[in-house]
Order: sequence, then structure tokens, then C-alpha cells
Amino acid sequence: MLSVSNLHAAVEGKEILKGLSLDVPAGEVHAIMGPNGAGKSTLSYVLTGRDGYEVTEGAATLDGEDLLALEPNERAARGVFLSFQYPLEIPGVPALTFIRTALNAQRKARGEAEISAPEFLKLAKAKAAELKIDFEMLKRALNVGFSGGEKKRMEILQMAMLSPRLLILDETDSGLDIDALRIVADGVNALRSPDRAMLVITHYQRLLDYIKPDRVHVLAGGRIVASGGPELALELEREGYDKYARAA
Amino acid sequence: MSVAAAIRARDPAELPGKRDEDWRWTDLRGLIREVPAPSTPLDPGSLGAGPFDGLADEVQIVANGGEPVRIEVAPGADHTVALRLVSRGDGAHAAQVSVHVARGGRLTLLESYEGEGAYLAHAQLSLAICGEAAVERIVLAADDGEAVSVSQAEVELEPGAGFAQTILTTGARRQRLETRVRHPGGHARLRLDGVYVLADRRHGDLTTVVEHRAVDGTTEQLTKGVVRDQARGVFQGRIIVAEGADRTDARMGHHALILSDRAEIDAKPELEIYADDVACAHGNTVGALDEDALFYARQRGIPEAEARVLLTAAFLGEVVDRIGHEAARDLAADWLSETLR
Repeated sequence: MLSVSNLHAAVEGKEILKGLSLDVPAGEVHAIMGPNGAGKSTLSYVLTGRDGYEVTEGAATLDGEDLLALEPNERAARGVFLSFQYPLEIPGVPALTFIRTALNAQRKARGEAEISAPEFLKLAKAKAAELKIDFEMLKRALNVGFSGGEKKRMEILQMAMLSPRLLILDETDSGLDIDALRIVADGVNALRSPDRAMLVITHYQRLLDYIKPDRVHVLAGGRIVASGGPELALELEREGYDKYARAA
Repeated sequence: MSVAAAIRARDPAELPGKRDEDWRWTDLRGLIREVPAPSTPLDPGSLGAGPFDGLADEVQIVANGGEPVRIEVAPGADHTVALRLVSRGDGAHAAQVSVHVARGGRLTLLESYEGEGAYLAHAQLSLAICGEAAVERIVLAADDGEAVSVSQAEVELEPGAGFAQTILTTGARRQRLETRVRHPGGHARLRLDGVYVLADRRHGDLTTVVEHRAVDGTTEQLTKGVVRDQARGVFQGRIIVAEGADRTDARMGHHALILSDRAEIDAKPELEIYADDVACAHGNTVGALDEDALFYARQRGIPEAEARVLLTAAFLGEVVDRIGHEAARDLAADWLSETLR
């Protein structure tokens, strides 16, 4: 599914990723943990093609296709979805309109027919109910005036409706209380499937109690410095990042 | 010094220009060396349909100037009038329109500027709105990119009257849409809104002057615009609150997006307050499209051009949403998506 090899990337001339390699096969959930400033958010932005993140060396492919050569929307159409650490407010655009526009743009890019209005509404109602989102909220401008927890739930709703193949969750637990965390985690877990891969980026182990990873990687100094099973997350929680930060 | 006088006398020295403080950003004197010959008369019957014809119970056409037009609304009556100011060719012409809405009358004035050619056009409108009467004026200005077009409206409100206006424009080679309101206070309500979407080398100037002359008047004003290419947007909003016009509540907002390095916005919001007990505020912002929001939309699969249109339409849509007349609001929303495409 996702294969990253020797990735180097710079922001404003400063190298942040320094030879990062990572393979996430379909059906697996991998966690990326690391101290602040390790390059966690940079990795998510490089994989999704944000302006200002310059790849200087290395490769990233999705099912063998060069991701880095594609526009952000083309990557999205191929199934790359980033759940933002800080979801943006989109004034004047109702959530439903935004999601329908995104869904139809992706379908068009894949040569599929547009979703009909009744079909779309039915889907939105069902997914909103699963995530305990009041459907009326979807008629309001996306994320404008929403609480931190509501914004995160809205990210998961979009994820559920767009049905991506590679899910990148960037600090999805930040700003969530325990109830909101549980709802969000249930939403993510419902999307686990043999043909999807997930990359869960987090500073704390807490989220991984709810979204159980198959593999855990430690990102420090712009590289993966250690990889292991779920027990690695527990060790990091106990002992901190110090020894890895030093190793980097 | 007026555009109408310059056209009448074929004398460019009569045109307003840079030396007039109110016209320094819309210099006609420096632009026009020679006033064009009078436009040839135009048979209104030869024109196709106007943008608002389907919504109106009366259509008035003013083609290349022509005879003055008068629109009357009787006491308590309710009218929807499409007023078409049509310009064709490269000549000069001036139009005059007067509107009188008697006590308790209601008028929806759907005004369109429809132009083809390198004309010089002037329109003078005067609106008298009596007590308990209400007028909503929606202006759709589609002038030619080669034309110079000036429209000046003078609005006289009586206490208890209401006037709401929304101007939608794509500019012209040089264009000014000006509204002056004499506000009597006395719980008269005023809304003055505008949207400009300017591309290429077009110029659009929305100028308003509101004079609050007595106690208890309200004014709400929201103008939004986007400029791209080498276009230039001008917003001048002046609210004067005269001595003794206490309990005036006046709010003015102008917000614009500049979508290219060579486009320009000139804005001058002015509050001149001579009364003590007033609530007045103005806000003015000029910026670029939010790049973070743009990336967010693209990450969800929306191509860049489409995402820009979506975000820009949403930005301007706030003004369109304030239009009271439902069918006109729908038409304005369609105009917006067509214009931004």
C-alpha cells in the first residue's frame, strides 16, 4: 500500500525529514510516535502535497504509484485522506455542500458518476448518526464555531463518507475529552478493513488504547529510529522519548 | 462639474477627475480626452429580454439615454419593476429616472445595466420613499469592458421608511455606482450592500454617502469584493451623523480579496460623527484567499480552481444572502457562480 523510502523534505530551506523509510501494507494500522519537532506533521503534509514542503530526496508511493508527482486533490482521489490536527473553518460553505463537492470531485477524477442528491443525503444521515453528529449541524458552515471535539468528529465523518484507502490521522486525539475520543476511535475502527491502511500520528499513547496499532514506529530527528509491536507504545509512555531523541 | 453636463456640452473639462477628492480613484477627466458624439437612438423593441424580466410585473427600458422615466407606486400598492438601462455602441448618453413610492407602498426595483460597446453612459436616479413605504433595490451591472459608466442615485427617506439595496457588478473600463441617502432618522431603516467581482483591467467603484439628519436612524452596510488580473476595486463609504442625530446606529463593513499581484483595492470608510449618543462602527479588511483553507479543500479532493471558486463564492455569498426578495436572491447567487467560474 504505502511505501516511503529515504524521504528527505525541507520547509523554508530547513531539512525536517532526513531519510525516513516506512512501509504500511494494506489492512494494517501503523502508529507514528515521536517528540515535538520530530517531523510528524511534516510527514503528513509531505504525503498530502501541501505547498511549502519540499521533497529533496527519496520517494513515496501508493500501490506503486508515485504520490509525490500528484496534486493534493489527485492524491485524495486515489484515496489519501488526512485528518487534520487543526481542522480548518470554511466560512459560508455548509458542511454538506463541502463534502458533496469533495465526493463528486473525487468520483469525477476516478471516472465515476456523480452521487445523486437523495443518495448523498441518505449516506450523510447514516454516517452522522453513527458518529452521534446532529444532522442539523451539517447544514451549518463547516467547522465554523464548532468545538474541538465537533471538528474532529466532522473529520471522521468526512473520512467515512469519502471512504479513503490510506488514512492519515494527525494528532486526532488532541483537544478531545475521553467521551469524544471514544466516539472518534469507534468511527476510525469502523473503517478498518483489509484493503485500507492507516497511519496514526500521535504524541501520546492514549489514543492507541482505542485504536490498536499493528506496528509502532518512533520518529525522531526526521527519521524512523525504532519500530516494534504495540508494546513499544507502552514503553514510550513509561520511559519517554529521551533515549530516542538522543539517538537521533 | 458632472458627467451629465459633460455629455450635454461635449466638454471633457466638465468631467470629474483626480482633483475632486471624491473622484480621485475614479478619474474620468484624465481618461477621456474627447466626449463621444451622442449615441444613436435605440428602439427598445429591438432588444432581447433583460435579466429580471421574469420576476417583474412591469418592465421599463431606458435605451441609450432617451426620455426620462418615472416610476410611481400608489399608497399601499406593491410593485416589482424591472428597470433596464441599456447601452449600445460607442456614443455618449445620459438617462434620468425618478421613483416615487407613496405612503405604505412597496417597491422591488430590479435594475440592470446592460452594455455593449465603448460608450460613455450616465444615469441619474432619484428615489423618494414616503413614510411606512419600503423599497428594495437590486442592481445588476453588466457594463462593457470598454465602456465608461456612471450611475448616481439620490435617495430621500421619510421617517418610518425602509430602503435596502444590493449592487452586484463586474465593473467596466471605468465604472462608478454611487448612492447618496438622506436619512431622516425616525426609525427609518437603511441597508446598503454591494458585491464587486472584477477581472482583466476592469474598474469598479462603489461609493455611498449616508447623512443621518435626526434621531433614531439605522444604517447597515456590507460590501465585499474580489479583484484579479489587473483589476481595480474602489470602495468609498461615508456616514455622516449630524449634530443632534442621537441614537443613530450605523455599521459599515468592507471586505475584499485580492487574487493577483497586479490587482488593486482602494478603500475609504469614513464616519463623521457630530452627535454624542451614537453606536457606529466600521470594519475594513483586504487580504488574500486563505491558503490553509484552500489546501484543506484540495486535500479532500477538490481541484484548486474549483476550490478557489467555492471559497470565493462563500466569501461573497454573505452579501447575496442578505437580499430579501427570494427570486432575486436566487438570481444573484446564480450570477455569482457564473461570474466566478
